[in-house]
Amino acid sequence: MLTSIRVVAERPIARRWLAATAGLALSLAATVAAKAQETIKVGILHSLSGTMAISETTLKDVMLMLIDEQNKKGGLLGKKLEAVVVDPASNWPLFAEKARELISKNKVAVVFGCWTSVSRKSVLPVFKELNSILFYPVQYEGEESERNVFYTGAAPNQQAIPAVDYLAKEEKIQRWVLAGTDYVYPRTTNKIIEAYLKSKGVKQEDIMINYTPFGHSDWQTIVSDIKKFGSAGKKTAVVSTINGDANVPFYKELGNQGVSAKNIPVVAFSVGEEELAGIDTKPLLGHLAAWNYFQSVKDKSNDEFIVKWKAFTKNPKRVTNDPMEAHVIGFAMWVKAVEKVKSTDPDKVIDALPGIEAANLTGGISKMLPNHHITKPVLIGEVRGDGQFDVVSKTGLVAGDAWSKELPGSKDLIGDWVTLKCGNYNTKTKKCGGQGS
Amino acid sequence: MRMFCDRLVAFVLAFGLLLAAPAGNAQTFDAALTKFSADSFGDTEEAIAAVAASGNRMAAQVLEALQDARLAFDPASKKIYIKDKDRVLDALTGNPVPASGELETVRVNNRLRRSIEAAIGGLTLLSPDPAKRFEAAQAVFKSRDAKLMPLLDAAIAKESDASLKRALLEARAAAILNAEEAGEADKIDAVAVIRARGDQDALGLLSGLPASSPPAVARAAQAAVGAIQNQLEMWAGVQNAWYGLSLGSVLLLAAIGLAITFGVMGVINMAHGEMVMIGAYVTFSVQELIRTYNPGLFDYSLLIALPLAFIVAGAVGIAIERSIIRFLYGRPLETLLATWGLSLILQQAIRTMYGPTNREVGNPSWMSGAFELGQINVTYGRMWIICFTLVVFAALLAMLRFTRLGLEMRAVTQNRAMAASMGIRTSRIDALTFGLGSGIAGIAGVALSQIDNVSPNLGQGYIIDSFLVVVFGGVGNLWGTLVGAFTLGIANKFLEPFAGAVLGKIAILVLIILFIQKRPRGMFALKGRAVES
Repeated sequence: MLTSIRVVAERPIARRWLAATAGLALSLAATVAAKAQETIKVGILHSLSGTMAISETTLKDVMLMLIDEQNKKGGLLGKKLEAVVVDPASNWPLFAEKARELISKNKVAVVFGCWTSVSRKSVLPVFKELNSILFYPVQYEGEESERNVFYTGAAPNQQAIPAVDYLAKEEKIQRWVLAGTDYVYPRTTNKIIEAYLKSKGVKQEDIMINYTPFGHSDWQTIVSDIKKFGSAGKKTAVVSTINGDANVPFYKELGNQGVSAKNIPVVAFSVGEEELAGIDTKPLLGHLAAWNYFQSVKDKSNDEFIVKWKAFTKNPKRVTNDPMEAHVIGFAMWVKAVEKVKSTDPDKVIDALPGIEAANLTGGISKMLPNHHITKPVLIGEVRGDGQFDVVSKTGLVAGDAWSKELPGSKDLIGDWVTLKCGNYNTKTKKCGGQGS
Repeated sequence: MRMFCDRLVAFVLAFGLLLAAPAGNAQTFDAALTKFSADSFGDTEEAIAAVAASGNRMAAQVLEALQDARLAFDPASKKIYIKDKDRVLDALTGNPVPASGELETVRVNNRLRRSIEAAIGGLTLLSPDPAKRFEAAQAVFKSRDAKLMPLLDAAIAKESDASLKRALLEARAAAILNAEEAGEADKIDAVAVIRARGDQDALGLLSGLPASSPPAVARAAQAAVGAIQNQLEMWAGVQNAWYGLSLGSVLLLAAIGLAITFGVMGVINMAHGEMVMIGAYVTFSVQELIRTYNPGLFDYSLLIALPLAFIVAGAVGIAIERSIIRFLYGRPLETLLATWGLSLILQQAIRTMYGPTNREVGNPSWMSGAFELGQINVTYGRMWIICFTLVVFAALLAMLRFTRLGLEMRAVTQNRAMAASMGIRTSRIDALTFGLGSGIAGIAGVALSQIDNVSPNLGQGYIIDSFLVVVFGGVGNLWGTLVGAFTLGIANKFLEPFAGAVLGKIAILVLIILFIQKRPRGMFALKGRAVES
């Protein structure tokens, strides 16, 4: 008995050490091999320490798996792919430094990375200056279309708007609480939702907006405010853009104060399988999340992916989530584009990418659009007792809008890098360089 | 008298219904069950209604299983089964059957959950179990199904328990208010019943009356809404005070260890938060072992974790003091930087060992749920944390006041040279004091794991607040820390409803800065010669 405990306790550490030594040996071997045989380098820019490590470490692992798999298929253009992993440590300025290191020192052909919008904004000038390619896998607030960035996560019209539609139609919601963490993604998304709701005839008094600091842990007052707001005789729902860490105490407080999905459902845009791994989900039964992918989707490609993922991480409990699928799609698109132009030259690949199609994991074919966003289906899931989601609604493929049609400052703007060669073309004034708000 | 006659008629009717029901065709129940296997929400909804109406003795059991995701079907044979712990029951007969092939759970969504709840409510109104009857009354109150009126009347007539009877009457009133055909006088009576209930559900019901209600009823409802709102407004003040106490206890718990290491010893310990985190991870590890080897002990997991967390965090604390801090006494800047670096090392160590994701620490049954006290909602978890904090505080005070170690600690911090010449080994006392502060932080981690994320970043969220509390309360004074924590907690909770969480926090910070300008040594400053040394 005792020995078995010790074995269980020691195994992860031992394995990490082994992996670290193996990694070191591999990279040494790789540098030696590089002289003999040229490789194509792929940069991975995800935080492995600090606050964001909780979400981003998984994305690094999935990239390593995809690169490994591609190499087993014979690499790309007859060369092996080589992953270059750096750790920007959840430090936004460090993201820019590490991006510069990847592009100018390691000479990577493409970078897959970033999670928060602020980290993306931080590396943007570097990618523009050094003319490289970034694949960004996370749902974000939109209002951006850059030549060097490809957005494989959802724009607001691929997540927020369909979720609100679902609530209004299926749950007959008339009163809305927009709760979010106080930073750019929730603020912009809530602005878009508010404008959309008002255009549907919802009155100002039926919308409550609430912001909380990062990592907020005392939700008692806010949850009782939500209960109070919900007792006005109209069906109420919470649209939550609360970020990562603050969600666990939020849902715990909802459970404690007896707010169930039957009376006040919460639809979340930042809570996926990974986040639920830290919560007892029984009190959350029926609360919703809107994504473009769920692990529970029944599709052959998804089943295969889950099996490969669990085998690669050697952990049968590891879950998959939406940003991982975005990297799967993005990587497949990049490979196809490189094969199409037979070169990794950034200019050629950037021009080749729009129009490239790749299978997503929910049984459809996603396509890269001229505005550098992709088409994806929108799925609404309800939390199950085991930390997974039951898909209760699925749309067809929705094209990502770089600029929201709901906001007065951006509704005339479009991004088009194929014919117009412009990320913010104003269709009213017919000029490139309009401003978003 | 008329009322009585009505009741009597309803009573007879209801019994007629109940008697007629079991004779209901067994085939309709069978047909209804088969619909569950279609795996479509529309079919499931029809099946729920049909099962509820079938009157079959299995109906309530089937619906309860559906509610708990225990109702399953065999995709091949389309037969429906109920999963009951480790057995599988045939939903048609209720007899145990051998599990055959892959069973798929019947999926439900929120809309279906509501209809299931309402249907079960209708089926269990006359259940012999009082708890079930109460739940049924609450379910009918929410569903406001006028069709259940005869059944409700029968249940009310039979009910002997006063509080259950009130719940049933409230459910009946809710049904009347939403019934088109009910008379105006009945509806006005119903408004009075709901008004007496006086909580947020009552408010929701009265402010969302159907537009077709007669004007007199609408007026009565409006008056009742005003009255309930006034009452709730008063309770809101009490509730804020309670939330403030609760937040204050969390602050105190996090700060109390720091009050020793920083307040008494004067070490600026930036790794204090990580001691809290270590305590939380000890809780997680204890729960993991209990889950694997002896799930029956789960409710005691926190009690087992408490001493372990104290020992582990205390040992880490002593190791830190012996290896780093003892070389840095009297050099605050170096201590600050060294402990800051140490906090990063500890975080990354935990991240490597346990992974970067949140770890699930479960709440034992006595820590989850809530009860109503008047119109405020008291959660058990928060209540126990307040009690626990006060116990820890009292124990620490007693330890410092009445034990030999406490005496030596006070002696060393007040006058090191004199204490040394009295034969106290000051370096040993330093190590033990630091270990004590760290151990208490570890205990705090056990409690905080119940309300916050258990992740490597857990400690960072508390370190700034802890320093605020200690500085505000007065460095070196435990009572100051107590008063400081509760003052900050209550002030924060009274500001939050007006200013919002973000502005509230900023306002508190500004107030503290102003306060420190006026009283640089905090609320309860130490006096005497010891202060200057």
